[in-house]
Amino acid sequence: MVALLAAEGATATSVGANWFVQHAWVIIVLPFVSAALTLFFGKRTPGGGPVYGIAAIGAGLLMSFGVGWHFVQGGGPYQANIDWFHIGSLQMQLGIYIDGLTAVMLVVVTSVSLMVHIYSLGYMHDDVRFTWFFVVLSLFTGAMLDVVLASNLFQLLIGWEVMGVCSYLLIGHWYEDPANSGAAIKAFITTRIGDVPFMFGIFALIFATGMTTSNIQVIGQTVSAGHVSSLLVTAAALLLFGGTIGKSAQFPLYVWLPDAMAGPTPVSALIHAATMVAAGIYLVARTYQVFVSANPVALHVVAVVGAITLLLAAFLALVQNDIKKVLAYSTVSQLAYMVAALGVGPDGYPAAMFHLFTHAFFKALLFLGAGSVIHAVHSNDMNDMGGLRKTMPATYVTFLIGALALGGVPPFSGFFSKDELILAAKDAHYWWLVVVLLFGAILTAFYTTRMVLMTFFGEYRGDAHPHESPAVMTVPLWILAGATCVVGLLGFAPLGAPYLDWVYFGTEPIPAVFSPLVAVLSIIAVAIGAGVGYRIYRRYRTPDPITRLGGAYTLLEHKYYLDDIYWNGIIRPIRDPIAAAVYWTNQHVIDGVVNGMAALAYVVSAAAAWFDRNVIDNVVNGAGTVAALFGRGLRTIQTGKVQWYAVGLFAGVIVLTVFITR
Amino acid sequence: MIRLPLVLLFSTFLFSTGIYGVLARRNAVMVLMAIELLLNAVNVNLVAFAAQLQDVTGQVFALFVIAVAAAEVGIGLAIVILLFRNRSSINVDEVDLLKW
Repeated sequence: MVALLAAEGATATSVGANWFVQHAWVIIVLPFVSAALTLFFGKRTPGGGPVYGIAAIGAGLLMSFGVGWHFVQGGGPYQANIDWFHIGSLQMQLGIYIDGLTAVMLVVVTSVSLMVHIYSLGYMHDDVRFTWFFVVLSLFTGAMLDVVLASNLFQLLIGWEVMGVCSYLLIGHWYEDPANSGAAIKAFITTRIGDVPFMFGIFALIFATGMTTSNIQVIGQTVSAGHVSSLLVTAAALLLFGGTIGKSAQFPLYVWLPDAMAGPTPVSALIHAATMVAAGIYLVARTYQVFVSANPVALHVVAVVGAITLLLAAFLALVQNDIKKVLAYSTVSQLAYMVAALGVGPDGYPAAMFHLFTHAFFKALLFLGAGSVIHAVHSNDMNDMGGLRKTMPATYVTFLIGALALGGVPPFSGFFSKDELILAAKDAHYWWLVVVLLFGAILTAFYTTRMVLMTFFGEYRGDAHPHESPAVMTVPLWILAGATCVVGLLGFAPLGAPYLDWVYFGTEPIPAVFSPLVAVLSIIAVAIGAGVGYRIYRRYRTPDPITRLGGAYTLLEHKYYLDDIYWNGIIRPIRDPIAAAVYWTNQHVIDGVVNGMAALAYVVSAAAAWFDRNVIDNVVNGAGTVAALFGRGLRTIQTGKVQWYAVGLFAGVIVLTVFITR
Repeated sequence: MIRLPLVLLFSTFLFSTGIYGVLARRNAVMVLMAIELLLNAVNVNLVAFAAQLQDVTGQVFALFVIAVAAAEVGIGLAIVILLFRNRSSINVDEVDLLKW
């Protein structure tokens, strides 16, 4: 492929890119290869086939570190493309674009995916579709890596959609239960509703380049040059953001993510915490030039959608009893933090990307920890848990680290990234957003405290015999817990904040600033949330004290009736007439055609039978009769008298002699 | 030295007599004898041409024919004897079972 790049006139914009950067396309290819190997040879491989995926993702992780090293050394962005096909003036390419953000995402995706692969060895042990699970897991990882590395929107869309299909397959992994397959369909269709505007956004941007390319960098230069109408750019930005609303589960399309918890827990950790939902945020970041060049309305919309989702989801997380649903709403809420920060403008860009980075680790950790708990107590309901800190010490400690990071307690990673977010909003004078973010921090601390207390403290309330999970599950937890402790420091200004030198928008990194005021405010918010949470949930009580909220609790319990509104307001009015029309068509048209075909077949076969009896049979019998007549005539020649035969013999000799000698 | 055409005429006469005997006689022994005539007509031709062409191959061939003829007559007469024992007749017209 390298030779191909040179031959096709590739553009390499960075000098001195190391081997890993130049061969970063291998990182995309590896998981696809491993998926194929697992699919075809997995069942014949000892251990059921996960070895291919783990080897491929592990190699990808090492290569990602190599790519990251390029940026640690201060390298610039790198791009390489090969021509794929042309449609008129539109040139489709396959290629990779790598900058600091890409490198960070590569490390996040491959490391979390590797942890999930290893963890699944224990969690999915004895599963009926063990091998198939790893096929889809690898395929999914490959698609996500394609999204991360793609140099153009068309290639990004391919990975985006493959990821959608894989998430459908993984959420519905246990499809024997209709609830699970229903959740899978809901996730697929809801994200697809966001994909439609996303595709139109891509078309709008291709149109903006004069129908020449979908290359993200070229689009960025085109829209920032100011030759394209502001209306078109704004429309394109909002349409692209539609894709984010679907994929990253923002209001009003976040409803699929909590239901997606029907999938196996490692899937939730990989897809609904660390990678796929991050793809929506990544999309906005990758095409950020479009948002910046558009009318400010576009970024305002992004900020408002983020703020609304942040609060709605955080409130919903308060009343959940399913541990995975708490984490699901928390994920929606944390993603909304990033979206809101992106809406702030270029100041919020590095903060949002930093939160994306830290959130991926601690949320994957929390999901895998929750999976370990579920594995032990065979229930998702926190009312059936309690007191697990004694029986599952490793899970408890790692989960607590994740929870502290999620809550925003220093010195864990969530604290640093959340500080950056609030600071960015403050610097951009988005005062209302500062308030929302701080209030969100209170809620986050509250529901995190509630979750930890209900799960690990008090007395055990379930019927199972909880036990610590095997090492294959706890080791990934420890690794992710270690990462959760460390990665936050990468963005800590007094230590130089190297992260902000790698990931920035524009030409120059924004200098890192540490604001004691914001840090104190954020710690106060966490203290309020955690304190109130501890006060209420210190002892387990039934019914849950949260039910005393009365009407508000009812509203939250019914998820703001949003699902009911979608069901009765949109799905039913659309679905029922279609169903009725299809039923009528089936009864009258399809059945008519089928019955008509049957009648026609009857007539044709009757004609065939007449033809068979009268024509075919006569021909066959006639052939027999003719043969009999010939036989009857010829047998008079056979007299049995030798001398007659001898006469024939001599006559024949004479005839032959005449012919030969003539 | 007898001239070749005369010899050929003689063998033709023998052959024709033999044909007549084979086709027209009803006595099986007579048919066998007629076959001998046919074979000997051939022998005469072979010897005559051998003499004419100064080539001994024809004479050797005639000796082979005589040997084969002896064997043939032996088998033929044995068949005729069996025929007579079973049928009390050696009329070839009456032996016509080999038909439809």
